[in-house]
Amino acid sequence: MTSSATPSVPPTAETPSGTAPAETAPVRKPRRRFGLHVLGPLMALVALIVLGAFLNDNFLSAANVQNVLARSAFIGIIAVGMTFVITAGGIDLSVGSMAAFTAAITILAMNALVAPLGVSVLTIALGMGVALLAGLAAGLVNGALVARVRIEPFIVTLGAMGVYRSLTTWLADGGTLSLNYELRTLYRPVYYDGPFGISWPIIVFALVAILGELAMRSAPFGRHCAAIGANEQVARWSAVRVDGTRMATYALLGLLVGVATIMYVPRLGSASGGTGMLWELEAIAAVIIGGTVLKGGFGRVWGAVVGVLILSLIDNILNLASIVSPYLNGAIQGVIVILAVVLQRERKADS
Amino acid sequence: MTEGARLSDGAVPVLAARGVSRLFGPNQVLFDVDFDLRPGEVHALIGENGAGKSTLMKILSGYLAPSFGGVEADGRPTVFASHREAEAQGVVLIHQEFNLAMPLTVEENIFLGRELRRGPFLRAAEMQEECRRLLARLDCDVDPRLRCRDLSAPERQMVEIAKALGRDARVLIMDEPTAVLTARETDLLLAQIDRLRAAGTAILYTSHKLDEVARIADRVTVLRDGARVASRPAAGFTEHAMAEAMVGRELSDLFPPKAAPQDEVVLSVRDLDVPGHARGASFELRRGEVLGFAGLVGAGRTELMEGLAGLRPASGEIRLFGRSVRPDDPRAMREAGLVYLTEDRKEKGLLLGFPLAENLTLLALEKFTRAGLRIDKPAEARALAQAVEDFAIAARDLRMTAGGLSGGNQQKLLLAKTLLAEPGVVIIDEPTRGVDIGAKAQIYAFIAALAAAGKSVIVVSSELPEVIGLAGRVIVMHRGRIAGALEGDAATENAIVRLAMGLDEKEPEPA
Repeated sequence: MTSSATPSVPPTAETPSGTAPAETAPVRKPRRRFGLHVLGPLMALVALIVLGAFLNDNFLSAANVQNVLARSAFIGIIAVGMTFVITAGGIDLSVGSMAAFTAAITILAMNALVAPLGVSVLTIALGMGVALLAGLAAGLVNGALVARVRIEPFIVTLGAMGVYRSLTTWLADGGTLSLNYELRTLYRPVYYDGPFGISWPIIVFALVAILGELAMRSAPFGRHCAAIGANEQVARWSAVRVDGTRMATYALLGLLVGVATIMYVPRLGSASGGTGMLWELEAIAAVIIGGTVLKGGFGRVWGAVVGVLILSLIDNILNLASIVSPYLNGAIQGVIVILAVVLQRERKADS
Repeated sequence: MTEGARLSDGAVPVLAARGVSRLFGPNQVLFDVDFDLRPGEVHALIGENGAGKSTLMKILSGYLAPSFGGVEADGRPTVFASHREAEAQGVVLIHQEFNLAMPLTVEENIFLGRELRRGPFLRAAEMQEECRRLLARLDCDVDPRLRCRDLSAPERQMVEIAKALGRDARVLIMDEPTAVLTARETDLLLAQIDRLRAAGTAILYTSHKLDEVARIADRVTVLRDGARVASRPAAGFTEHAMAEAMVGRELSDLFPPKAAPQDEVVLSVRDLDVPGHARGASFELRRGEVLGFAGLVGAGRTELMEGLAGLRPASGEIRLFGRSVRPDDPRAMREAGLVYLTEDRKEKGLLLGFPLAENLTLLALEKFTRAGLRIDKPAEARALAQAVEDFAIAARDLRMTAGGLSGGNQQKLLLAKTLLAEPGVVIIDEPTRGVDIGAKAQIYAFIAALAAAGKSVIVVSSELPEVIGLAGRVIVMHRGRIAGALEGDAATENAIVRLAMGLDEKEPEPA
């Protein structure tokens, strides 16, 4: 076998047999770690910040930054949970109406507790407990229907979305449920105040994001979610508790909806059939913009956080600057989501 | 040299590669390869996994372009811009993983993209008739109205071939067509290949089963490390010589010596039922034993083992290391010391898009988890480096994904993953499916070493030499039941086949 026009010599026996890689293993240089699929969302975020600062002097003021972050917190907290659900190959369309329902239950519980306990911190604390429990329970129901009864997550959560929305409207008798006025005064600081001038929703959002990122990146839970989303059979055959893990993703998301509701109720002090409208779509959009793969197998919590901030900033900039009508907010967000998926495709081609 | 090959000597090749080289990024996988295929011949292309067979086949069928050199069709230089263009010229590649739309019927698949129509309407009756005719040519009586997902693997193979014939294929390129077939199904396929050859079709055939190659091929080309090392008539080319040409060195005995098992019974199974697949299975396994499970595909071996490992609903009495266990949870079985290594590497074994380390540790992730929460990634990297060394996994780069490994190396990674869980009993289903001969010898050595180290191994295999060569005792299944057990020298191919076909049904001996 001679070579005439070929560019290189046929290999003899240099095929690696395992010793060479073993020696170089501990020192590894990142390869393609910062491709477009990683930098894309970050560059978009930076570009929006630069654009905002350029268009409006108040954009970078402490008040506006605080405002954007606090408004991002609800969707952001939910998006962190949604990242796990989507990574494990699921979807949850019910989080918006679940938030409305949880808010309604929380308000009813707090109002009812005023009679025995008075307007006290204990009343609010118990109400918060009700919010967490309601969210967790709703998430567990979704999870059980998906993992145990084996109904498509899209169908389960589409149904749940209708159920919770309707229950909320029914509880509010078609109108608005309002928190007891004095309770509201006591509860208000949970949204508007916080330590060192940083409001509580921002702090809670940051905590949830950090814990979520750690769980996704370095905990068996995150690894198992990705494995299930990538190939459920392989996960099962690798002794991963597929049903339990999948159920846990929905339960976690429900619990985080409860957390978001705790932050949300003091903002307006009321809930109605319109509360949390389209939150599910914003949360899913944020997750996708952040680089999580919609059909599962790969998830990035920090990406979802960036995604939420991108969506909030678009809204904020349109409101501050008068170049483009704020009514076009949804259109711009939609384009961004589609662009994000195009970037994902490039990521796929890389690997 | 056979009659057919002599007649076609000197004929213009229907398809040829001339000095073909191919690079993927910096990696060169083919080096100046010449290859030609004449009408009415079966030309076998053999080589170890990673030798470049798939790349060459893809270049010949228009799926890939050569980096250097070119392809000739009917003696004229040709550039296939795509596999569609190659198909239009009658060159069809039949993939190892079938290219059928599983929810569609046989007829819909065969006519996919070239449906017969009258105006906007399909001429269903005519298409069905044509399908029957094509399938009849292959001696295959599958109903064209069946959905492909309801067909067996060999039937799907026939549908693929019929689909190719329906497109007037002059050249069939078959990528390990017998990998998933049993001996009997293989015979059928080879008979049909014979028939196609007689009708003038040129066939490029790859297989790891050298006995088949010796039986069916007119000529054999051997690739090693991307270069052609031999190309000669099959007549007089012994299996042993082929294997040595592939590996490039003298082959010592493929199977290591068998060690005698100890007396202690580590696993005893009584009346294990796996509904729909296996009934009343009872057997025992001793410490340090390699127990073979033979039988036809569909005899329920895999399902029985999956039931035993908690992966399928199953009921029965199981004692594992002296404790009674219920096989209802793979994790609990793993903790009790039993793991199952699947035959389906790609769908049940490895996450092909994930890095090697994450695949390696998935089954035994707790070992790498600190405080129950944090995965110790440096420890994972060390485990991977260790596994790559211990199992001689040829990985270009430790950060590559499992899907980038060749079949043999994937299998070794899967073995490393399974053994990382430190099972006392390991069930290995088809340990060398789609694995080249070099990796085979290594895997056999690992299995023997496991037994020597006091682990107990169950080997499920459709390759009789493998079962006989590895196991001291062979249990044969027939239609979901244990048809018999053969020990030592009694385990001959003939005895196993008779049991597997249900000819010598006898009560299983209590081991």
